[in-house]
Amino acid sequence: MTDTTPETAAVERGTTLIEVDAIGKRYGSIIALSDVTTSVKAGEVTCVLGDNGAGKSTFIKILAGAHAHTDGVLRVDGDERSFSSPREALDAGIATVYQDLAVVPLMPVWRNFFLGSEPRKGLGMDVAFMKHTTKTELAAMGIDLRDVDQPIGTLSGGERQCVAIARAVYFGARVLILDEPTAALGVKQSGVVLKYIAKARERGLGVVFITHNPHHAYPVGDRFMLLRRGRSMGDFPKSEISLDDLTAMMAGGAELESLAHELERTMGASSDVAAELKADVRESGVTSSQESGATRG
Amino acid sequence: MATATAAPDERLASTSAITRILTRPEMGAAVAAVAVMIFFSLMSDRFMTGAGAGVWLESASTFGIMAVAVSLLMIGGEFDLSAGVMTGFTALVVGILTTNYGLNVWAAVLVALVLALAIGAINGYLVMRTGLPSFIITLGTFFILQGIDLAVTKLIIGQVTIQGLTNIPFYDSIQPVFGSSVSILGGTFYVSVLWWVVVTAIATWVLLRTKAGNWIFAVGGAQQSARQVGVPVLKTKIGLFMTTAFAGWLVGMISLFRTSTVQANTGVGQEFIYIICAVVGGCLLTGGYGSAIGAALGALIYGMTFQGITFAQWDTNWLRTFLGAMLLGAVLLNNWVRTRAETSR
Repeated sequence: MTDTTPETAAVERGTTLIEVDAIGKRYGSIIALSDVTTSVKAGEVTCVLGDNGAGKSTFIKILAGAHAHTDGVLRVDGDERSFSSPREALDAGIATVYQDLAVVPLMPVWRNFFLGSEPRKGLGMDVAFMKHTTKTELAAMGIDLRDVDQPIGTLSGGERQCVAIARAVYFGARVLILDEPTAALGVKQSGVVLKYIAKARERGLGVVFITHNPHHAYPVGDRFMLLRRGRSMGDFPKSEISLDDLTAMMAGGAELESLAHELERTMGASSDVAAELKADVRESGVTSSQESGATRG
Repeated sequence: MATATAAPDERLASTSAITRILTRPEMGAAVAAVAVMIFFSLMSDRFMTGAGAGVWLESASTFGIMAVAVSLLMIGGEFDLSAGVMTGFTALVVGILTTNYGLNVWAAVLVALVLALAIGAINGYLVMRTGLPSFIITLGTFFILQGIDLAVTKLIIGQVTIQGLTNIPFYDSIQPVFGSSVSILGGTFYVSVLWWVVVTAIATWVLLRTKAGNWIFAVGGAQQSARQVGVPVLKTKIGLFMTTAFAGWLVGMISLFRTSTVQANTGVGQEFIYIICAVVGGCLLTGGYGSAIGAALGALIYGMTFQGITFAQWDTNWLRTFLGAMLLGAVLLNNWVRTRAETSR
């Protein structure tokens, strides 16, 4: 990279940026999250997987500074921290890109990129610098924009996501939290976003990728933490877990099998879908014994 | 700033320069202004003379100053229905304080400015704190001020018109600032035209080249997003309401010192004309998009039509019909532009 990214400190790849140790969050008597342990390293993608209501948003809120944790330990660069505001998390280099992206659709890309942190020049803004930087920063993320003057609303969903990511990176993020970036996107657009996540990892950022789709997580992830009903189901490096394991754990073996059973009943035993699903369940080795007998009949 | 664009991208077809000009928010108003100018030049011999131009420029200038301020506010996503009555209110404050209480005219003008800014700030604060539409809040302020204008004026001076302003001390020192004129080519050109140009130039610069301009577009386009990235939404919106109030004060002073009199009902009903001028100039009613130059052009169209109809010796009631038709046309055009700007290519 030839251009200057002012605030990003060069961190050696593999350095642990965030450590989460048996962290938990209670709202009064409600336990939203408990006993979650994982880590985020520079140049790695930590995927947080879980279905709706698994505690993913609570986990994000702790890292992003929206809520402080009540149990366990959060360490940033080895120091114990507890964020009481998003500003504090930002100052520690942790930026969150939420689903709504915080962009203004009718405004040009370059205005959106610098919105809220416009560089000054005399009494006005340094427009030439802003346009140039937007173009080069997006190019560094692999987005080649035709024209930074076009309204951001004219970009595709994936591209908009990437502008938001590039913006967070430019303004000093070392850890990037992406809240379900692929949830609202089609297959092709999701692929585009995954490519940029890989790009951010290449640039040495620690990425926390929140998703409910193991097929999106597996190709780009280095570490996988699974959440279910507010509890961690484990924290695995990529070498210890396969995509099939991941999928099976996500859905829960027994639940997946009963779904296969259900499909078989409604669509007939010869149904490809049911057969495939059953084969998947068997392969992943999480089949519970009582149902394997029942499905034979 | 032509230097801002880097080497041209090969995927940008050469037609895009024209397309970009055509999709500028003020483009519709510019085309319409030229059409209206040609039309009335053909309808009346006096229209394009120095005398004629002086008349319609003067008419356009006061509407233009207000329309430009209102356009900033509309880009910021709000309305101000008290903008019209504000011009009368500030003029009445100066008129009563000087003729009735003998206050120094410069001091009175300053008092009027402070009052106007305070009312603007209250408008903005109420809108932001209550979360109610600015349409309702400023409709309230509009009626409150309208009542005060009439009742207080009658209560203090016993009539509804300020008289004797020219006899107050220092009148000659302040009159030229707001009401002087020069003769060029047989026409009388008022200083208000200069104010109009200055206000438009400053507003355009602020919108396109400053932080504040970025924030105005952002709070009107997506307030929640703007807040998330750290734009001071409250400050920006209150500033916009105060800007509109400031313009109301400026126009109030211009009309007061040009005619040296003011009626208690001055400005009532003109708030909608400002909004029409801004919309014709490309402002979206939903905020986040528009242009100060466009609003100035909208006011120019209004001024030319207003005086052109008189020059052509038609029934002046046609002005209203024309305004309404132009508003509808502009809204349809803007809607189309916005749909194009918002949807994916």
